[in-house]
Amino acid sequence: MITVRVGPEDFDVAAETARLTAGRADIGAVVAFTGLCRNEDGRLSGLELEHYPGMAEAEIYRICGEAVARFSLTAVTAIHRVGRIAPGENIVLVLAAAPHRHAAFDGASFVMDYLKTSAPFWKKEHFTDGSAGGWVEAKDSDDRARDKWS
Amino acid sequence: MARLVYFAWVRERIGKGEEEIALPASVRTGADLIAHLKTLGEEYAHALEHGDVIRIAIDQEHVEHDEPIAGAREIALFPPMTGG
Repeated sequence: MITVRVGPEDFDVAAETARLTAGRADIGAVVAFTGLCRNEDGRLSGLELEHYPGMAEAEIYRICGEAVARFSLTAVTAIHRVGRIAPGENIVLVLAAAPHRHAAFDGASFVMDYLKTSAPFWKKEHFTDGSAGGWVEAKDSDDRARDKWS
Repeated sequence: MARLVYFAWVRERIGKGEEEIALPASVRTGADLIAHLKTLGEEYAHALEHGDVIRIAIDQEHVEHDEPIAGAREIALFPPMTGG
């Protein structure tokens, strides 16, 4: 079971976990990854998350499908917020459920590594001094994190 | 006519998020498209200056630059992704 949601609304990790496991007795492990907005030592007033509507959801769904097949996950939930996000707020949630913990840890990690490098989202920084921030640059370390799965 | 969509700094530099443009028959691949757009004005030349880093999606699926664009309903050009 794969659940993907993209939108401005915040999410509740406990509620999403309860939804994922409701009525099931075959899940032995759920790993939750939450990505939050940092303030970068007080310089950042927030992030603006842009996405490619349609493709963003489809790409996350495809990545979750690969994770389910590769790690025999029981269920995956992936939620990505868009729009303006303040420091301390949630950006992304990945829940990976499996019979045992290793598959759940690996599944969540795999989904995040691919999501960061191939789901069409872009972050723009806004600074506390009012200056128009720039677009966040993609990191080689993210590409390497993804490539370790291939 | 081809429907083009742009995101993030590609969108900002070109100054619009989407457009429909007529493409010459010589534009066959994603790389051809980028090269052609760069001739359309300073804003395109600036946005696509480093053409090799631009990512291309055809009908909402990632493709390489040598992918033929014939039959595409929507072609997207955007920077490397930074979500998550």
